Amino acid sequence: MSVELRAITKTFGALVANDAISLRVEDGEIHAILGENGAGKSTLMNILYGLLQPDSGEISVDNKSVTINAPSDALAVGIGMVHQHFMLIPVFTVAENIVLGHEKTKSLGTLDLSQARAEIARISKEFNFDVDPDAVVETLPVGIQQRVEVIRALMYNAKVLILDEPTAVLTPQETDELLTVMKRLKSQGTSIIFITHKLREVQAVADRITIIRRGKVVGTALPSATQEELATQMVGRPVVLALNKKHPAPGRSLLAIKDLTVTDNRGVELVKNINLEVRAGEIVAVAGVQGNGQTELARAILNLEPHCRGEIQIDGENILGRSVSDAIHSGVAFVPESRELDGLISSFSISENLILDVFDKEPYGKKLAMFPSVVRSEAEKRIQEFDIRTQSVTDPVSSLSGGNKQKVVLARELSRPVKVVVASQPTRGLDVGSIEFVHERMIAERDAGRGVLLFSTELDEVFALADRIAVMYKGEIIDIVPATISRSDLGLLMAGVKQVKA
Amino acid sequence: MNLTPIQLRRRRGVFSMAILSLASLIGFGFLQKNTAPVTFRFVLEKEWVAIHEWTLDSRSGSYGFSAAALLISLWAFFQFRRDKKVHVQSALGGFSLLMAFMCWAASGKMIPFTGLLQGALLLSVPLIFGSMAGVLCERSGVINIAIEGQLLASAFAAGVVASLTKNTTWGLLVAPLAGALISLILATFAIKFSIDQVILGFVINVLVIGMTNFLYKKLLIPYQNTWNSGPILKPIEIPLLSKIPVLGPIFFSQTIIVYLMYAIVLAIHFSLFKTKWGLRTRAIGEHPTAADSVGISVNSLRFKNVIIAGLVAGIGGAYFTVGAVGAFGKEMTAGKGFIALAALIFGRWSPLGAVMAALLFGFADNLQGILSITGTPIPSEFMLMAPYIATIIAVTGFVGRVRAPAADGIPYSRESSH
Ligand SMILES: Nc1ncnc2c1ncn2[C@@H]1O[C@H](COP(=O)(O)OP(=O)(O)OP(=O)(O)O)[C@@H](O)[C@H]1O
Ligand SMILES: [Mg+2]
Repeated sequence: MSVELRAITKTFGALVANDAISLRVEDGEIHAILGENGAGKSTLMNILYGLLQPDSGEISVDNKSVTINAPSDALAVGIGMVHQHFMLIPVFTVAENIVLGHEKTKSLGTLDLSQARAEIARISKEFNFDVDPDAVVETLPVGIQQRVEVIRALMYNAKVLILDEPTAVLTPQETDELLTVMKRLKSQGTSIIFITHKLREVQAVADRITIIRRGKVVGTALPSATQEELATQMVGRPVVLALNKKHPAPGRSLLAIKDLTVTDNRGVELVKNINLEVRAGEIVAVAGVQGNGQTELARAILNLEPHCRGEIQIDGENILGRSVSDAIHSGVAFVPESRELDGLISSFSISENLILDVFDKEPYGKKLAMFPSVVRSEAEKRIQEFDIRTQSVTDPVSSLSGGNKQKVVLARELSRPVKVVVASQPTRGLDVGSIEFVHERMIAERDAGRGVLLFSTELDEVFALADRIAVMYKGEIIDIVPATISRSDLGLLMAGVKQVKA
Repeated sequence: MNLTPIQLRRRRGVFSMAILSLASLIGFGFLQKNTAPVTFRFVLEKEWVAIHEWTLDSRSGSYGFSAAALLISLWAFFQFRRDKKVHVQSALGGFSLLMAFMCWAASGKMIPFTGLLQGALLLSVPLIFGSMAGVLCERSGVINIAIEGQLLASAFAAGVVASLTKNTTWGLLVAPLAGALISLILATFAIKFSIDQVILGFVINVLVIGMTNFLYKKLLIPYQNTWNSGPILKPIEIPLLSKIPVLGPIFFSQTIIVYLMYAIVLAIHFSLFKTKWGLRTRAIGEHPTAADSVGISVNSLRFKNVIIAGLVAGIGGAYFTVGAVGAFGKEMTAGKGFIALAALIFGRWSPLGAVMAALLFGFADNLQGILSITGTPIPSEFMLMAPYIATIIAVTGFVGRVRAPAADGIPYSRESSH
């Protein structure tokens, strides 16, 4: 099925999020949309899916003009969408989530889930998804939750599938699996609109590419274009994809983790007897396949894990077992893995979110008073510095695009004089220009004599930043290697294979 | 230890029960000097009689029932260890503890056992209707503080109409409409205009109290004979069932309102968890954007459910006038709407849970009433606190942390949620 958007315009107040955007997706094609954070990609897709109404513009499907006033209209013409922020109900089971809106009933209006279960099983089998229809969604890892969304779109017989940054939360393996599924769907005749910030993925699957900047289409490209060319078109200036980094000059130990064990409330050990040191002026990356204890290790440093044994010293002082604010005030900056859940308070304004951890400290506040004008002017500086695309610092953080939310968290955490920066997936959801900026910033932190502990599932990022790499596998650090290790050796280590050194 | 939240809750329940049993053994047993007899009377009227009454001495009664509760706690503990449900044990344990308490409190007196329970059920009728209205609204994501107003307005409407027409049926038919009218105000301002729902609820309550007070003074008092002397519904005895000792008079010789209540509670509980409507209702209360994205029109379903809630609350309101005393009295709902709200929360937003909570409140209320008439060692001011103390014990000991529907009270609009 082909879809055409003609001159779609959408404004939020004074901001033109989509400025006369036109786009045509051919039958059975994978059409990638590239664009900076806040360029208007999600807005455009939400319009196509009926979640937002355009101010002007037209949509046609198979060359016939259609009106899409609500998602039900989009579904009716065969448009399905996997959202950047999942649209699943956490307390429902997979099957309940999937039938919602398309329920089959027996007598008395009782729900009939049996058909859905069978369909889920069939699709799971076909695409090698391992999804239990009766699992409660909130207990599932994000990778599986996303499969649930894909299954749902397939069950509704989507002829056009919109995937809004589906790979941002996936591990490299899961990403590869998703790309395979996409190619497979394409071969079955489904058209796909694919949004991502990762140029490698675009090159791997896209047939055509449309590039959007600040609400306007600025060009199209073919997947044969180089990453540099794509990045330049997207950001509007040359982007340095390879970083310049001085030799590290490590100083005293700023973060020392000693014999740390973290258990969950069932007593299962998630982090086992870990020893790790981060010195002033170095970046240590923790690499590993997601789910091998990285999340818990990062949270333990902030005292967010309730069951821990061992010691965590910040500049020589043990903080384990104390409060979260003790950890913060002893000089730890923390960029959490899931910004929506742990990093931001969505209903608060951007400026308030920028001072969440220091609102009671000078110059923002003193005793019971807070100084709004200082808060505001500082927030405006941060917005300039981190290129956060917003109309006003007093807007709620929920109005920001996905990548810009991430930048708010980074701006807050990297603007404080700290000793140690603990960053989990800091560039998740960021465009290439912003990634460049954040990477430079992390290196600047290092060069200013801070210790940086980076958690990342992106090998590119690990190699770009790390001075040393600690590999986690099944809750243990199985090796600490210099950043000169080869990709394939690191890959083996991450799979738990430890070579005997000659 | 591997403990899921459900197991943790069970464990808390078991330990609370054991501690309460021990406290009761000491407080009502050891420290009790009085051995005067207590009499429990079981027969109200014309049931097939099994036992008329039962007399036992106060101290051994307290001892016996406390010890029984302790044994039941132990049994519950074993059930817990084997990872089984402890519902039966909790019910039996709670009952034994109550008996121990009554043996102590009513020493030398008579307790009309069946009457006590029957009264408890009647006192909880408006609470149950009110909390069902709450379930319907809050599960869809609309906070309903206006239950009190819905009860009061429909009590008024039912009383006045029944009085004017001299017919209870008309009163009963008009009451739900009055409830729905209040819901219409709530739904319009909360859903269409996104007004803060807590403030809105309070304003509605104040409005209804003011209106009914005004009409009461200007109309119902001066013209009492025509406007405020309505007939009362007669109890309907269900053949056979009403003759069962103890249970019969409690459950099966009641007015039509109570029978309607059974049906409504079951229907709501079943629908909420087993039907398409229920799935959608829970979806819009948890994550309206997600519901919208699969083609459910969030606000119209919310609107519909709030109106249904008004109809349900309206029947509860009718109970105050046509179901009980006939005439309308100034502010006669006396905060029951708020207690219904508490029952809803205490019952974890589940219909049957809310019913259990409402019954507990009703029971504590009635026990207080009966004991203050027969006279007890406890000052009556403390007895008035009993329902609330029961709530605190129940919530801290057995319910634990409760989670409201995630989108409860948050107006939904597409533009502001992206
Ligand atoms: N409901 C809203 N109210 C106000 N502004 C909004 C709203 N939704 C989006 N915006 C603004 O519109 C712009 C485009 O946002 P959009 O989410 O479409 O970006 P995006 O291209 O998807 O970015 P990202 O790659 O970061 O996800 C942003 O500047 C955002 O702040
Ligand atoms: Mg987006």
